[in-house]
Amino acid sequence: MASSSKSEPVKIAAPLWGRSLRHQGVVIGALIVATVVLIALCAPLIAPHDPYYQDLLARLKPPVWDDRGSWDHILGTDHLGRDYLSRLIYGARISLLIGIGAALISGLIGTIMGVMAGYFGGRVDMVVTFLITVRLSMPVVLVALAVVAIVGGSLQVVIMVLGLLLWDRFAVVMRSSTLQIRSMDYVAAAQAVGCSTTRVLMTEIMPNVVNNLIVIATLEMAHAIILEAALSFLGLGVQPPLPSWGLMVSEGKDMMLFEPWLITIPGVALFLLVLSINLLGDGVRDITAPENRN
Amino acid sequence: MLYYSLKRFALALLVALTVSLISFSLLYISSDPAIAMAGETATDADIEAIRQLYGFDRPILVQYFDWLQRALAGDLGQSYYFRTNVSALIAERLPTTMTLGVTAILFAITLAVPLGVAAAIRPNSLIDRIALFLSVMGQALPSFWFALMLIVLLSVNLRLLPTSGSDTWLHLVMPTVVLGYYAAPAIMRLTRTGMLEVLSTDYIRTARAKGLRPPVVLFKHALRNAIIPVVSLAAVQFGFMLGGSIVVETIFALHGAGFLAWESITRNDLPTVQGLILVFSLFYIVLTFFADLINAWLDPRIRIN
Repeated sequence: MASSSKSEPVKIAAPLWGRSLRHQGVVIGALIVATVVLIALCAPLIAPHDPYYQDLLARLKPPVWDDRGSWDHILGTDHLGRDYLSRLIYGARISLLIGIGAALISGLIGTIMGVMAGYFGGRVDMVVTFLITVRLSMPVVLVALAVVAIVGGSLQVVIMVLGLLLWDRFAVVMRSSTLQIRSMDYVAAAQAVGCSTTRVLMTEIMPNVVNNLIVIATLEMAHAIILEAALSFLGLGVQPPLPSWGLMVSEGKDMMLFEPWLITIPGVALFLLVLSINLLGDGVRDITAPENRN
Repeated sequence: MLYYSLKRFALALLVALTVSLISFSLLYISSDPAIAMAGETATDADIEAIRQLYGFDRPILVQYFDWLQRALAGDLGQSYYFRTNVSALIAERLPTTMTLGVTAILFAITLAVPLGVAAAIRPNSLIDRIALFLSVMGQALPSFWFALMLIVLLSVNLRLLPTSGSDTWLHLVMPTVVLGYYAAPAIMRLTRTGMLEVLSTDYIRTARAKGLRPPVVLFKHALRNAIIPVVSLAAVQFGFMLGGSIVVETIFALHGAGFLAWESITRNDLPTVQGLILVFSLFYIVLTFFADLINAWLDPRIRIN
Protein backbone atom coordinates (compact mmCIF):
# COMPACT_ATOMS: atom_id res chain seq x y z
CA MET A 1 0.00 0.00 0.00
CA ALA A 2 1.30 3.36 -0.96
CA SER A 3 -0.05 4.91 2.18
CA SER A 4 2.95 3.97 4.33
CA SER A 5 5.01 7.13 4.56
CA LYS A 6 4.35 9.70 1.92
CA SER A 7 5.27 12.75 3.96
CA GLU A 8 8.27 11.55 5.94
CA PRO A 9 11.13 10.25 3.80
CA VAL A 10 11.85 6.53 4.12
CA LYS A 11 15.06 6.05 6.04
CA ILE A 12 17.12 3.23 4.58
CA ALA A 13 18.67 2.59 7.95
CA ALA A 14 15.35 2.37 9.76
CA PRO A 15 15.02 -1.13 11.15
CA LEU A 16 12.64 -3.36 9.20
CA TRP A 17 10.57 -4.01 12.30
CA GLY A 18 9.93 -0.35 12.87
CA ARG A 19 8.88 0.16 9.30
CA SER A 20 6.66 -2.92 9.43
CA LEU A 21 4.85 -1.66 12.52
CA ARG A 22 4.15 1.68 10.88
CA HIS A 23 2.75 0.02 7.75
CA GLN A 24 -1.04 -0.33 8.10
CA GLY A 25 -1.34 -3.12 5.56
CA VAL A 26 1.31 -5.27 7.21
CA VAL A 27 -0.13 -4.77 10.68
CA ILE A 28 -3.72 -5.59 9.68
CA GLY A 29 -2.67 -8.44 7.41
CA ALA A 30 -0.32 -9.97 9.96
CA LEU A 31 -2.91 -9.75 12.75
CA ILE A 32 -5.60 -11.55 10.74
CA VAL A 33 -3.22 -14.17 9.34
CA ALA A 34 -1.80 -14.83 12.81
CA THR A 35 -5.32 -15.20 14.22
CA VAL A 36 -6.31 -17.70 11.51
CA VAL A 37 -3.09 -19.68 12.01
CA LEU A 38 -3.70 -19.77 15.77
CA ILE A 39 -7.30 -20.87 15.25
CA ALA A 40 -6.18 -23.60 12.84
CA LEU A 41 -3.49 -24.87 15.22
CA CYS A 42 -5.80 -24.91 18.24
CA ALA A 43 -8.89 -26.13 16.37
CA PRO A 44 -9.58 -29.10 18.70
CA LEU A 45 -9.40 -26.80 21.75
CA ILE A 46 -11.58 -24.01 20.39
CA ALA A 47 -14.22 -25.82 18.35
CA PRO A 48 -17.38 -26.18 20.46
CA HIS A 49 -18.49 -29.37 18.67
CA ASP A 50 -17.15 -32.22 16.54
CA PRO A 51 -17.15 -30.78 12.97
CA TYR A 52 -18.22 -34.16 11.53
CA TYR A 53 -20.94 -35.00 14.06
CA GLN A 54 -24.33 -35.03 12.33
CA ASP A 55 -27.44 -34.19 14.31
CA LEU A 56 -30.27 -34.66 11.86
CA LEU A 57 -32.79 -33.36 14.39
CA ALA A 58 -30.95 -30.01 14.53
CA ARG A 59 -30.57 -29.31 10.82
CA LEU A 60 -30.22 -25.77 9.42
CA LYS A 61 -30.29 -23.98 12.77
CA PRO A 62 -29.69 -20.26 12.09
CA PRO A 63 -26.83 -18.33 13.74
CA VAL A 64 -27.19 -16.74 17.16
CA TRP A 65 -28.07 -13.26 15.87
CA ASP A 66 -31.19 -14.66 14.24
CA ASP A 67 -34.38 -14.78 16.34
CA ARG A 68 -34.47 -18.56 16.05
CA GLY A 69 -30.76 -18.95 16.84
CA SER A 70 -29.25 -20.24 20.08
CA TRP A 71 -25.87 -20.05 21.84
CA ASP A 72 -25.49 -23.80 21.50
CA HIS A 73 -24.65 -23.37 17.81
CA ILE A 74 -23.24 -19.85 17.52
CA LEU A 75 -23.07 -19.91 13.71
CA GLY A 76 -25.94 -22.37 13.32
CA THR A 77 -25.82 -25.83 11.73
CA ASP A 78 -25.68 -27.04 8.13
CA HIS A 79 -28.02 -29.29 6.16
CA LEU A 80 -26.77 -32.35 8.06
CA GLY A 81 -26.98 -30.72 11.47
CA ARG A 82 -23.20 -30.23 11.80
CA ASP A 83 -22.06 -27.25 13.88
CA TYR A 84 -21.13 -24.48 11.43
CA LEU A 85 -18.63 -22.69 13.69
CA SER A 86 -16.70 -25.92 14.30
CA ARG A 87 -16.61 -26.66 10.59
CA LEU A 88 -15.42 -23.12 9.89
CA ILE A 89 -12.62 -23.50 12.45
CA TYR A 90 -11.46 -26.83 11.04
CA GLY A 91 -11.80 -25.40 7.53
CA ALA A 92 -9.05 -22.89 8.33
CA ARG A 93 -6.68 -25.88 8.58
CA ILE A 94 -7.54 -27.00 5.06
CA SER A 95 -7.14 -23.57 3.49
CA LEU A 96 -3.79 -22.99 5.22
CA LEU A 97 -2.51 -26.48 4.37
CA ILE A 98 -3.43 -25.94 0.73
CA GLY A 99 -1.87 -22.49 0.65
CA ILE A 100 1.38 -23.48 2.37
CA GLY A 101 1.70 -26.84 0.59
CA ALA A 102 1.06 -25.47 -2.89
CA ALA A 103 3.34 -22.45 -2.32
CA LEU A 104 6.16 -24.74 -1.09
CA ILE A 105 5.98 -27.04 -4.11
CA SER A 106 5.55 -24.31 -6.70
CA GLY A 107 8.13 -22.14 -4.91
CA LEU A 108 10.70 -24.91 -5.08
CA ILE A 109 10.07 -25.59 -8.78
CA GLY A 110 9.86 -21.93 -9.77
CA THR A 111 12.89 -20.83 -7.75
CA ILE A 112 15.14 -23.54 -9.14
CA MET A 113 14.02 -22.77 -12.69
CA GLY A 114 14.19 -19.00 -12.32
CA VAL A 115 17.57 -18.85 -10.55
CA MET A 116 19.13 -21.28 -13.03
CA ALA A 117 17.78 -19.29 -15.98
CA GLY A 118 18.94 -15.97 -14.55
CA TYR A 119 22.36 -17.20 -13.48
CA PHE A 120 23.39 -19.37 -16.41
CA GLY A 121 21.55 -17.53 -19.18
CA GLY A 122 21.95 -18.80 -22.74
CA ARG A 123 20.33 -22.15 -23.52
CA VAL A 124 19.16 -22.72 -19.94
CA ASP A 125 17.40 -19.38 -20.03
CA MET A 126 15.82 -20.20 -23.39
CA VAL A 127 14.45 -23.51 -22.14
CA VAL A 128 13.08 -22.00 -18.91
CA THR A 129 11.48 -19.07 -20.72
CA PHE A 130 9.90 -21.51 -23.13
CA LEU A 131 8.54 -23.63 -20.28
CA ILE A 132 7.08 -20.53 -18.62
CA THR A 133 5.33 -19.60 -21.88
CA VAL A 134 3.95 -23.13 -22.22
CA ARG A 135 2.69 -23.11 -18.65
CA LEU A 136 1.02 -19.69 -19.06
CA SER A 137 -0.75 -20.91 -22.20
CA MET A 138 -2.50 -23.71 -20.32
CA PRO A 139 -5.82 -22.75 -18.70
CA VAL A 140 -5.18 -23.39 -14.98
CA VAL A 141 -8.74 -24.00 -13.80
CA LEU A 142 -9.55 -26.31 -16.69
CA VAL A 143 -6.39 -28.40 -16.37
CA ALA A 144 -6.66 -28.59 -12.57
CA LEU A 145 -10.32 -29.66 -12.74
CA ALA A 146 -9.59 -32.28 -15.40
CA VAL A 147 -6.65 -33.79 -13.50
CA VAL A 148 -8.52 -33.85 -10.18
CA ALA A 149 -11.51 -35.46 -11.92
CA ILE A 150 -9.31 -38.23 -13.34
CA VAL A 151 -7.01 -38.85 -10.38
CA GLY A 152 -9.71 -38.36 -7.76
CA GLY A 153 -10.15 -35.46 -5.38
CA SER A 154 -8.30 -35.41 -2.07
CA LEU A 155 -6.35 -32.87 -0.06
CA GLN A 156 -3.00 -34.28 -1.24
CA VAL A 157 -4.02 -34.38 -4.89
CA VAL A 158 -5.26 -30.77 -4.83
CA ILE A 159 -2.02 -29.59 -3.16
CA MET A 160 0.10 -31.45 -5.73
CA VAL A 161 -1.91 -30.25 -8.72
CA LEU A 162 -1.89 -26.61 -7.62
CA GLY A 163 1.79 -26.83 -6.67
CA LEU A 164 2.68 -28.19 -10.09
CA LEU A 165 0.64 -25.48 -11.84
CA LEU A 166 1.40 -22.27 -9.96
CA TRP A 167 5.20 -22.01 -10.32
CA ASP A 168 5.14 -19.54 -13.22
CA ARG A 169 5.27 -16.30 -11.23
CA PHE A 170 8.07 -17.67 -9.00
CA ALA A 171 10.11 -18.51 -12.09
CA VAL A 172 9.49 -15.13 -13.75
CA VAL A 173 10.39 -13.06 -10.68
CA MET A 174 13.33 -15.21 -9.55
CA ARG A 175 14.74 -15.09 -13.09
CA SER A 176 14.68 -11.31 -13.31
CA SER A 177 15.97 -10.77 -9.73
CA THR A 178 18.84 -13.22 -10.34
CA LEU A 179 19.71 -11.47 -13.60
CA GLN A 180 19.95 -8.22 -11.66
CA ILE A 181 22.13 -9.62 -8.83
CA ARG A 182 24.34 -11.62 -11.17
CA SER A 183 25.83 -8.46 -12.70
CA MET A 184 26.92 -7.14 -9.27
CA ASP A 185 30.59 -6.75 -8.52
CA TYR A 186 30.47 -8.94 -5.44
CA VAL A 187 29.27 -11.86 -7.55
CA ALA A 188 32.15 -11.32 -9.96
CA ALA A 189 34.48 -11.12 -6.96
CA ALA A 190 33.20 -14.40 -5.55
CA GLN A 191 33.69 -16.04 -8.93
CA ALA A 192 37.17 -14.55 -9.25
CA VAL A 193 38.38 -15.96 -5.93
CA GLY A 194 37.29 -19.37 -7.15
CA CYS A 195 34.02 -20.03 -5.31
CA SER A 196 32.11 -22.99 -6.72
CA THR A 197 28.89 -22.30 -8.62
CA THR A 198 26.85 -23.83 -5.79
CA ARG A 199 28.55 -21.56 -3.30
CA VAL A 200 28.00 -18.44 -5.39
CA LEU A 201 24.35 -19.37 -5.79
CA MET A 202 23.82 -20.12 -2.10
CA THR A 203 25.84 -17.34 -0.47
CA GLU A 204 25.76 -14.50 -3.00
CA ILE A 205 22.58 -14.90 -5.09
CA MET A 206 19.97 -16.50 -2.81
CA PRO A 207 20.24 -14.13 0.18
CA ASN A 208 19.64 -11.22 -2.18
CA VAL A 209 16.58 -12.62 -3.91
CA VAL A 210 14.91 -14.09 -0.84
CA ASN A 211 12.85 -10.96 -0.16
CA ASN A 212 11.20 -11.22 -3.56
CA LEU A 213 10.72 -14.93 -2.97
CA ILE A 214 8.77 -14.27 0.23
CA VAL A 215 6.54 -11.71 -1.47
CA ILE A 216 5.66 -14.07 -4.34
CA ALA A 217 5.16 -16.95 -1.90
CA THR A 218 2.50 -15.04 0.05
CA LEU A 219 0.71 -13.93 -3.10
CA GLU A 220 0.74 -17.48 -4.52
CA MET A 221 -0.51 -18.84 -1.18
CA ALA A 222 -3.55 -16.60 -1.53
CA HIS A 223 -3.93 -17.66 -5.15
CA ALA A 224 -3.83 -21.37 -4.23
CA ILE A 225 -6.39 -20.88 -1.43
CA ILE A 226 -8.82 -19.16 -3.79
CA LEU A 227 -8.31 -21.84 -6.47
CA GLU A 228 -8.86 -24.69 -4.00
CA ALA A 229 -12.10 -23.08 -2.88
CA ALA A 230 -13.22 -22.75 -6.51
CA LEU A 231 -12.31 -26.37 -7.31
CA SER A 232 -14.06 -27.65 -4.18
CA PHE A 233 -17.05 -25.46 -4.97
CA LEU A 234 -17.31 -27.12 -8.39
CA GLY A 235 -17.15 -30.51 -6.65
CA LEU A 236 -13.72 -31.40 -8.02
CA GLY A 237 -11.44 -30.43 -5.17
CA VAL A 238 -11.37 -31.51 -1.56
CA GLN A 239 -14.16 -34.04 -1.04
CA PRO A 240 -16.91 -34.21 1.62
CA PRO A 241 -17.11 -34.55 4.55
CA LEU A 242 -13.95 -32.42 4.91
CA PRO A 243 -14.94 -28.88 5.98
CA SER A 244 -13.31 -26.93 3.11
CA TRP A 245 -14.70 -23.39 2.95
CA GLY A 246 -15.32 -23.70 -0.79
CA LEU A 247 -17.18 -26.96 -0.19
CA MET A 248 -19.26 -25.32 2.55
CA VAL A 249 -20.35 -22.61 0.09
CA SER A 250 -21.16 -25.33 -2.44
CA GLU A 251 -23.24 -27.33 0.07
CA GLY A 252 -25.08 -24.21 1.21
CA LYS A 253 -25.78 -22.99 -2.32
CA ASP A 254 -29.02 -24.95 -2.76
CA MET A 255 -30.48 -23.32 0.33
CA MET A 256 -28.94 -19.89 -0.14
CA LEU A 257 -32.26 -18.26 -0.99
CA PHE A 258 -33.79 -19.17 2.36
CA GLU A 259 -30.68 -19.41 4.55
CA PRO A 260 -28.18 -16.95 3.00
CA TRP A 261 -25.83 -17.18 6.01
CA LEU A 262 -24.90 -20.69 4.83
CA ILE A 263 -22.87 -19.15 2.02
CA THR A 264 -22.13 -15.75 3.58
CA ILE A 265 -20.14 -17.10 6.56
CA PRO A 266 -17.60 -19.35 4.75
CA GLY A 267 -17.35 -16.78 1.93
CA VAL A 268 -16.46 -13.96 4.31
CA ALA A 269 -13.89 -16.19 6.03
CA LEU A 270 -12.28 -16.97 2.67
CA PHE A 271 -12.32 -13.32 1.62
CA LEU A 272 -10.73 -12.15 4.89
CA LEU A 273 -7.97 -14.77 4.82
CA VAL A 274 -7.03 -14.08 1.20
CA LEU A 275 -7.25 -10.32 1.72
CA SER A 276 -4.97 -10.40 4.77
CA ILE A 277 -2.39 -12.63 3.07
CA ASN A 278 -2.35 -10.23 0.09
CA LEU A 279 -2.03 -7.20 2.38
CA LEU A 280 0.89 -8.87 4.12
CA GLY A 281 2.59 -9.71 0.82
CA ASP A 282 2.09 -6.24 -0.68
CA GLY A 283 3.31 -4.68 2.57
CA VAL A 284 6.45 -6.80 2.74
CA ARG A 285 7.24 -5.69 -0.81
CA ASP A 286 6.73 -2.04 0.13
CA ILE A 287 9.05 -2.36 3.11
CA THR A 288 11.84 -4.40 1.58
CA ALA A 289 11.83 -2.72 -1.82
CA PRO A 290 10.05 0.65 -1.72
CA GLU A 291 11.27 1.43 -5.24
CA ASN A 292 9.12 -1.42 -6.64
CA ARG A 293 5.98 -0.13 -5.02
CA ASN A 294 4.09 0.33 -8.24
CA MET B 1 10.04 -6.69 -38.34
CA LEU B 2 9.47 -9.64 -40.71
CA TYR B 3 12.27 -11.62 -39.08
CA TYR B 4 10.89 -10.83 -35.63
CA SER B 5 7.36 -11.88 -36.67
CA LEU B 6 8.58 -15.16 -38.13
CA LYS B 7 10.58 -15.92 -35.00
CA ARG B 8 7.57 -15.20 -32.80
CA PHE B 9 5.36 -17.32 -35.04
CA ALA B 10 7.71 -20.30 -34.86
CA LEU B 11 7.82 -19.95 -31.07
CA ALA B 12 4.02 -19.77 -30.84
CA LEU B 13 3.76 -22.92 -32.95
CA LEU B 14 6.24 -24.76 -30.74
CA VAL B 15 4.37 -23.66 -27.61
CA ALA B 16 1.07 -24.88 -29.06
CA LEU B 17 2.57 -28.28 -29.90
CA THR B 18 4.09 -28.65 -26.43
CA VAL B 19 0.85 -27.67 -24.70
CA SER B 20 -1.10 -30.19 -26.74
CA LEU B 21 1.44 -32.95 -26.03
CA ILE B 22 1.46 -32.24 -22.29
CA SER B 23 -2.29 -32.09 -21.93
CA PHE B 24 -2.74 -35.15 -24.11
CA SER B 25 -0.39 -37.31 -22.09
CA LEU B 26 -1.69 -35.83 -18.82
CA LEU B 27 -5.23 -36.93 -19.58
CA TYR B 28 -4.54 -40.24 -21.29
CA ILE B 29 -1.83 -41.62 -19.03
CA SER B 30 -3.65 -40.94 -15.79
CA SER B 31 -6.83 -42.75 -16.73
CA ASP B 32 -8.02 -45.67 -18.82
CA PRO B 33 -10.45 -44.22 -21.37
CA ALA B 34 -11.66 -47.70 -22.31
CA ILE B 35 -13.02 -48.29 -18.78
CA ALA B 36 -14.65 -44.87 -18.77
CA MET B 37 -16.32 -45.51 -22.12
CA ALA B 38 -17.48 -49.04 -21.40
CA GLY B 39 -19.53 -48.00 -18.37
CA GLU B 40 -19.98 -49.74 -15.05
CA THR B 41 -21.66 -52.93 -16.22
CA ALA B 42 -19.00 -53.85 -18.81
CA THR B 43 -17.06 -57.09 -18.64
CA ASP B 44 -13.30 -57.32 -19.13
CA ALA B 45 -13.88 -58.60 -22.65
CA ASP B 46 -16.01 -55.52 -23.49
CA ILE B 47 -13.31 -53.20 -22.22
CA GLU B 48 -10.66 -55.03 -24.23
CA ALA B 49 -12.82 -54.81 -27.36
CA ILE B 50 -13.27 -51.06 -26.93
CA ARG B 51 -9.55 -50.67 -26.26
CA GLN B 52 -8.73 -52.29 -29.59
CA LEU B 53 -11.54 -50.62 -31.51
CA TYR B 54 -10.43 -47.12 -30.51
CA GLY B 55 -6.72 -47.94 -30.53
CA PHE B 56 -6.09 -47.25 -26.82
CA ASP B 57 -3.73 -50.23 -26.76
CA ARG B 58 -1.18 -48.39 -28.92
CA PRO B 59 1.78 -46.45 -27.42
CA ILE B 60 0.84 -42.99 -26.17
CA LEU B 61 3.03 -41.19 -28.72
CA VAL B 62 1.45 -43.04 -31.62
CA GLN B 63 -1.98 -42.10 -30.30
CA TYR B 64 -0.85 -38.49 -29.90
CA PHE B 65 0.43 -38.15 -33.45
CA ASP B 66 -2.70 -39.79 -34.78
CA TRP B 67 -4.81 -37.32 -32.78
CA LEU B 68 -2.60 -34.39 -33.82
CA GLN B 69 -2.84 -35.28 -37.49
CA ARG B 70 -6.62 -35.21 -37.34
CA ALA B 71 -6.66 -32.13 -35.10
CA LEU B 72 -4.67 -30.21 -37.71
CA ALA B 73 -7.42 -31.04 -40.21
CA GLY B 74 -9.98 -29.66 -37.72
CA ASP B 75 -11.20 -33.02 -36.47
CA LEU B 76 -10.95 -33.34 -32.68
CA GLY B 77 -12.59 -36.76 -32.53
CA GLN B 78 -15.90 -37.98 -31.19
CA SER B 79 -17.29 -37.01 -27.81
CA TYR B 80 -17.90 -40.06 -25.58
CA TYR B 81 -20.85 -38.46 -23.85
CA PHE B 82 -22.51 -36.22 -26.44
CA ARG B 83 -21.89 -38.75 -29.23
CA THR B 84 -21.14 -35.99 -31.73
CA ASN B 85 -18.09 -34.41 -33.29
CA VAL B 86 -16.05 -32.48 -30.71
CA SER B 87 -15.12 -29.70 -33.16
CA ALA B 88 -18.78 -29.07 -33.99
CA LEU B 89 -19.69 -29.18 -30.29
CA ILE B 90 -17.06 -26.59 -29.37
CA ALA B 91 -17.86 -24.39 -32.37
CA GLU B 92 -21.50 -24.36 -31.30
CA ARG B 93 -20.68 -23.32 -27.71
CA LEU B 94 -17.82 -20.93 -28.37
CA PRO B 95 -19.79 -17.82 -29.46
CA THR B 96 -21.45 -17.52 -26.02
CA THR B 97 -18.07 -17.66 -24.28
CA MET B 98 -16.53 -15.19 -26.72
CA THR B 99 -19.40 -12.74 -26.22
CA LEU B 100 -19.02 -13.07 -22.46
CA GLY B 101 -15.25 -12.64 -22.71
CA VAL B 102 -15.55 -9.49 -24.83
CA THR B 103 -18.17 -7.86 -22.58
CA ALA B 104 -16.14 -8.79 -19.50
CA ILE B 105 -12.87 -7.31 -20.77
CA LEU B 106 -14.72 -4.17 -21.92
CA PHE B 107 -16.27 -3.90 -18.46
CA ALA B 108 -12.85 -4.30 -16.83
CA ILE B 109 -11.27 -1.66 -19.10
CA THR B 110 -14.02 0.92 -18.69
CA LEU B 111 -13.81 0.46 -14.94
CA ALA B 112 -10.03 0.30 -14.59
CA VAL B 113 -8.56 2.77 -17.08
CA PRO B 114 -10.43 5.92 -15.89
CA LEU B 115 -9.72 4.95 -12.27
CA GLY B 116 -6.05 4.40 -13.06
CA VAL B 117 -5.78 7.74 -14.85
CA ALA B 118 -7.57 9.59 -12.05
CA ALA B 119 -5.31 7.94 -9.48
CA ALA B 120 -2.17 8.90 -11.43
CA ILE B 121 -3.16 12.56 -11.81
CA ARG B 122 -3.22 12.96 -8.05
CA PRO B 123 -1.01 10.33 -6.40
CA ASN B 124 -1.84 9.63 -2.75
CA SER B 125 -5.06 11.62 -3.02
CA LEU B 126 -8.40 10.30 -1.84
CA ILE B 127 -9.27 8.91 -5.28
CA ASP B 128 -5.88 7.15 -5.44
CA ARG B 129 -6.57 5.56 -2.06
CA ILE B 130 -10.05 4.50 -3.14
CA ALA B 131 -8.70 2.96 -6.36
CA LEU B 132 -6.06 1.06 -4.41
CA PHE B 133 -8.63 -0.07 -1.84
CA LEU B 134 -10.94 -1.38 -4.59
CA SER B 135 -8.13 -3.25 -6.31
CA VAL B 136 -6.96 -4.91 -3.09
CA MET B 137 -10.55 -5.91 -2.28
CA GLY B 138 -11.21 -7.13 -5.80
CA GLN B 139 -8.20 -9.42 -5.80
CA ALA B 140 -9.35 -11.16 -2.62
CA LEU B 141 -12.95 -11.76 -3.68
CA PRO B 142 -13.54 -15.40 -4.76
CA SER B 143 -15.46 -15.17 -8.04
CA PHE B 144 -17.82 -18.08 -7.34
CA TRP B 145 -18.85 -16.55 -4.03
CA PHE B 146 -19.19 -13.08 -5.54
CA ALA B 147 -21.49 -14.60 -8.19
CA LEU B 148 -23.72 -16.22 -5.58
CA MET B 149 -23.92 -13.03 -3.52
CA LEU B 150 -24.93 -11.08 -6.64
CA ILE B 151 -27.65 -13.64 -7.37
CA VAL B 152 -29.02 -13.38 -3.82
CA LEU B 153 -28.89 -9.59 -3.88
CA LEU B 154 -29.86 -8.61 -7.43
CA SER B 155 -32.05 -11.48 -8.56
CA VAL B 156 -33.74 -12.66 -5.41
CA ASN B 157 -33.97 -9.61 -3.15
CA LEU B 158 -34.26 -6.82 -5.72
CA ARG B 159 -35.60 -8.94 -8.61
CA LEU B 160 -33.61 -6.92 -11.14
CA LEU B 161 -31.85 -9.61 -13.16
CA PRO B 162 -32.49 -13.21 -14.23
CA THR B 163 -30.46 -15.82 -12.31
CA SER B 164 -29.45 -18.19 -15.09
CA GLY B 165 -29.71 -19.07 -18.75
CA SER B 166 -28.55 -17.22 -21.86
CA ASP B 167 -31.67 -15.94 -23.62
CA THR B 168 -31.38 -12.13 -23.43
CA TRP B 169 -28.63 -9.57 -22.88
CA LEU B 170 -29.85 -9.18 -19.30
CA HIS B 171 -28.58 -12.71 -18.68
CA LEU B 172 -25.10 -11.50 -19.50
CA VAL B 173 -24.95 -8.65 -16.96
CA MET B 174 -24.00 -10.58 -13.83
CA PRO B 175 -21.61 -13.02 -15.58
CA THR B 176 -19.88 -10.03 -17.18
CA VAL B 177 -19.40 -8.30 -13.84
CA VAL B 178 -18.17 -11.48 -12.13
CA LEU B 179 -15.73 -12.37 -14.90
CA GLY B 180 -14.59 -8.79 -15.49
CA TYR B 181 -13.92 -7.48 -11.98
CA TYR B 182 -11.06 -9.89 -11.49
CA ALA B 183 -9.06 -8.44 -14.40
CA ALA B 184 -9.72 -4.83 -13.37
CA PRO B 185 -7.13 -4.45 -10.54
CA ALA B 186 -4.17 -5.45 -12.72
CA ILE B 187 -5.27 -3.13 -15.55
CA MET B 188 -5.86 -0.30 -13.09
CA ARG B 189 -2.41 -0.64 -11.51
CA LEU B 190 -0.66 -0.77 -14.87
CA THR B 191 -2.55 2.28 -16.16
CA ARG B 192 -1.64 4.18 -13.00
CA THR B 193 2.05 3.26 -13.18
CA GLY B 194 2.23 4.01 -16.89
CA MET B 195 0.55 7.39 -16.50
CA LEU B 196 2.77 8.35 -13.55
CA GLU B 197 5.83 7.53 -15.63
CA VAL B 198 4.68 9.37 -18.74
CA LEU B 199 3.48 12.42 -16.81
CA SER B 200 6.99 12.96 -15.46
CA THR B 201 8.62 12.99 -18.90
CA ASP B 202 10.08 16.05 -20.60
CA TYR B 203 7.68 16.12 -23.53
CA ILE B 204 4.71 16.40 -21.17
CA ARG B 205 6.42 19.33 -19.45
CA THR B 206 7.00 20.88 -22.88
CA ALA B 207 3.38 20.32 -23.87
CA ARG B 208 2.24 22.01 -20.68
CA ALA B 209 4.78 24.82 -21.01
CA LYS B 210 3.61 25.74 -24.49
CA GLY B 211 0.15 26.26 -23.06
CA LEU B 212 -1.85 23.25 -24.26
CA ARG B 213 -5.05 22.74 -22.33
CA PRO B 214 -4.71 20.11 -19.57
CA PRO B 215 -7.20 17.62 -21.13
CA VAL B 216 -5.25 17.66 -24.40
CA VAL B 217 -1.99 17.01 -22.59
CA LEU B 218 -3.56 14.30 -20.51
CA PHE B 219 -5.42 12.34 -23.15
CA LYS B 220 -3.66 13.10 -26.41
CA HIS B 221 -0.07 13.18 -25.18
CA ALA B 222 0.05 11.13 -22.01
CA LEU B 223 -2.64 8.46 -22.17
CA ARG B 224 -1.81 7.38 -25.71
CA ASN B 225 1.69 6.46 -24.60
CA ALA B 226 0.73 5.01 -21.25
CA ILE B 227 -1.94 2.76 -22.74
CA ILE B 228 0.45 0.64 -24.87
CA PRO B 229 1.42 -1.87 -22.17
CA VAL B 230 -2.20 -1.88 -20.98
CA VAL B 231 -3.33 -3.13 -24.39
CA SER B 232 -1.07 -6.16 -24.24
CA LEU B 233 -2.04 -6.83 -20.63
CA ALA B 234 -5.71 -6.70 -21.65
CA ALA B 235 -5.02 -9.23 -24.40
CA VAL B 236 -3.39 -11.57 -21.91
CA GLN B 237 -6.21 -11.07 -19.39
CA PHE B 238 -8.73 -11.84 -22.12
CA GLY B 239 -6.98 -15.16 -22.66
CA PHE B 240 -7.11 -15.92 -18.93
CA MET B 241 -10.80 -14.98 -18.85
CA LEU B 242 -11.77 -17.59 -21.40
CA GLY B 243 -10.22 -20.17 -19.09
CA GLY B 244 -11.90 -18.63 -16.05
CA SER B 245 -15.31 -18.66 -17.71
CA ILE B 246 -15.73 -22.26 -16.57
CA VAL B 247 -16.65 -21.16 -13.02
CA VAL B 248 -18.89 -18.30 -14.11
CA GLU B 249 -20.73 -20.22 -16.82
CA THR B 250 -21.35 -23.13 -14.48
CA ILE B 251 -22.94 -20.90 -11.84
CA PHE B 252 -25.09 -18.90 -14.23
CA ALA B 253 -25.87 -21.92 -16.48
CA LEU B 254 -24.66 -20.06 -19.56
CA HIS B 255 -24.29 -22.70 -22.24
CA GLY B 256 -20.87 -21.69 -23.49
CA ALA B 257 -17.57 -23.51 -23.83
CA GLY B 258 -16.80 -23.17 -20.10
CA PHE B 259 -20.04 -24.92 -19.18
CA LEU B 260 -19.22 -27.57 -21.78
CA ALA B 261 -15.84 -28.03 -20.08
CA TRP B 262 -17.51 -28.66 -16.73
CA GLU B 263 -20.05 -31.06 -18.27
CA SER B 264 -17.36 -33.06 -20.07
CA ILE B 265 -15.00 -33.13 -17.08
CA THR B 266 -17.65 -34.48 -14.72
CA ARG B 267 -18.55 -37.13 -17.33
CA ASN B 268 -14.99 -38.23 -18.10
CA ASP B 269 -15.47 -37.18 -21.71
CA LEU B 270 -11.75 -37.02 -22.51
CA PRO B 271 -11.85 -36.04 -26.22
CA THR B 272 -14.01 -33.02 -25.41
CA VAL B 273 -11.83 -31.97 -22.44
CA GLN B 274 -8.72 -32.41 -24.56
CA GLY B 275 -10.24 -30.39 -27.42
CA LEU B 276 -11.27 -27.59 -25.07
CA ILE B 277 -7.83 -27.35 -23.47
CA LEU B 278 -6.35 -27.11 -26.96
CA VAL B 279 -8.81 -24.42 -28.08
CA PHE B 280 -8.39 -22.31 -24.91
CA SER B 281 -4.59 -22.57 -25.11
CA LEU B 282 -4.61 -21.66 -28.81
CA PHE B 283 -6.66 -18.55 -28.05
CA TYR B 284 -4.15 -17.48 -25.44
CA ILE B 285 -1.20 -18.20 -27.73
CA VAL B 286 -2.72 -16.30 -30.66
CA LEU B 287 -3.62 -13.35 -28.42
CA THR B 288 -0.13 -13.07 -26.93
CA PHE B 289 1.37 -13.49 -30.40
CA PHE B 290 -0.54 -10.45 -31.68
CA ALA B 291 0.13 -8.51 -28.49
CA ASP B 292 3.87 -9.16 -29.03
CA LEU B 293 3.65 -8.01 -32.64
CA ILE B 294 1.78 -4.82 -31.74
CA ASN B 295 4.33 -4.05 -29.04
CA ALA B 296 7.24 -4.63 -31.40
CA TRP B 297 5.61 -2.48 -34.04
CA LEU B 298 5.08 0.36 -31.58
CA ASP B 299 8.45 0.02 -29.86
CA PRO B 300 11.34 -0.81 -32.26
CA ARG B 301 13.67 -1.56 -29.34
CA ILE B 302 11.80 -4.83 -28.70
CA ARG B 303 12.23 -6.29 -32.19
CA ILE B 304 15.94 -5.49 -32.38
CA ASN B 305 16.81 -7.03 -29.06
